[in-house]
Amino acid sequence: MARAAVPGRLSWLAATVREVRTETASARTLVLDVPGWPGHLAGQHVTARLTAADGYSASRDYSVASAPAAGWLELTVQRVADGEVSSYLDDTARPGDQLEVRGPIGGWFAWQPDDPRPLLLLAGGSGIVPLMSVIRTHREVGSKVPLQLIYSARTPADVIYAPELSERVRVSPVTSATFLFTRMTRWSRTPARPDAEITVPAGEPGASDGEPGQPRVSRPPLRGYAGRLSAEVLAKTALPPEFNPAVFACGPSGFVEAASRLLLAAGYPAASIKTERFGPN
Amino acid sequence: MNVVTRGFAGRRRDDPKLPPGQYLEHGFPVLQAGPTPPVNTATWKFTITTETGEATSWNWQQFTALPADDITTDIHCVTQWSKLGTRWRGVSLDTLLDPIVTGAGYALAKSYGGYTTNLPLPDLRDGKAWVAYEYDGAPLRPEHGGPARLLVPHLYFWKSAKWVNGLDLLEHDKRGFWEQLGYHDYGDPWREQRYQGD
Repeated sequence: MARAAVPGRLSWLAATVREVRTETASARTLVLDVPGWPGHLAGQHVTARLTAADGYSASRDYSVASAPAAGWLELTVQRVADGEVSSYLDDTARPGDQLEVRGPIGGWFAWQPDDPRPLLLLAGGSGIVPLMSVIRTHREVGSKVPLQLIYSARTPADVIYAPELSERVRVSPVTSATFLFTRMTRWSRTPARPDAEITVPAGEPGASDGEPGQPRVSRPPLRGYAGRLSAEVLAKTALPPEFNPAVFACGPSGFVEAASRLLLAAGYPAASIKTERFGPN
Repeated sequence: MNVVTRGFAGRRRDDPKLPPGQYLEHGFPVLQAGPTPPVNTATWKFTITTETGEATSWNWQQFTALPADDITTDIHCVTQWSKLGTRWRGVSLDTLLDPIVTGAGYALAKSYGGYTTNLPLPDLRDGKAWVAYEYDGAPLRPEHGGPARLLVPHLYFWKSAKWVNGLDLLEHDKRGFWEQLGYHDYGDPWREQRYQGD
């Protein structure tokens, strides 16, 4: 299998926040100008380091959300409870602020655009971030390989990149996206059957950010199912193993563990499945 | 280094047990490159192969009958988290290496599922490394490397190969899975040896 070695020494590079975008009530994207940044492979991550005036510093790893480019990159940061670094990046950072990044890191969970296999991407929560880099790279290189995204989020309001994903599905004949809403039982319009197909139209309750004090973001329809990823949903939506898809699964450990088990049971070979996990289980 | 991040003060939970660049984690994150491989103790086997090709194996029954240690130790993951005071039970590599005649300087740990990682052989001796099969008083769960994983807590935790099924003893260092992808050959958390060249 193709691997990208990370050659030489990785140095810290100064990064300047160019732009900040609100994605959901708890996630922001930071566009960083990073002179000397060599670009990355879709799926790779960086270490971000923050340094206080007295020299104290803290670092965390974040996946790159943008397609590969020299000199800049985008990180999408989901706020974690009590997060020393994420709370700064999500609440405090503004254009002009400086931090440091080091990378790219991780040549395994990475998509090479010359890989001829179709893509099956499974995202749990903010596990969408490195997969968004794959989707954007697939768009930028004009890839013709089928790309399927299955994206599990708590509610429609938790879906990161919803407008961009919907637009991509609309214009790309080879791209599809299926959404799973794990907290939809708490939504008044939950269908009688837990795995019944639902479409959340724009403007419906649950279809936009309705948090008090948060800007309302209009969201396009998201086709999907209530509940968690299941063997049935996988069988109904995913390219079957006979198509030999390259599978990337990213999210909290519980999601990735469950998704991997379902994939293996459905006959996808272990060697075709790459995983990236975050958070304690 | 002279980049200062405006508005960042940090939490200052400095703890002398935390290596540089690490933060304290109370959960137990999982780091692995692919699905958790199914490993059955009925067919489980651990094999040490020397540089001359001589192999010594233990099945699960033989392995768990060996004298075991209770270990309380701090663990440090290259992804910046550290977990303090974790409790394990396992067989010391001193016990497993005791009957082996070797002049090798290096080891390549191998796992079910194909994972590998390289370590200098002296780092597996003298009470520094175990093959662990219990965590926190219970059998080691599959996503944490069960039924048995390597435990080398003085190095970054990717060296503590999950689902370990053997060691190849080698005269020359041979890079494992993450090491071929740019991670450090040795991986000392106190020297922040995360990537090649650190």
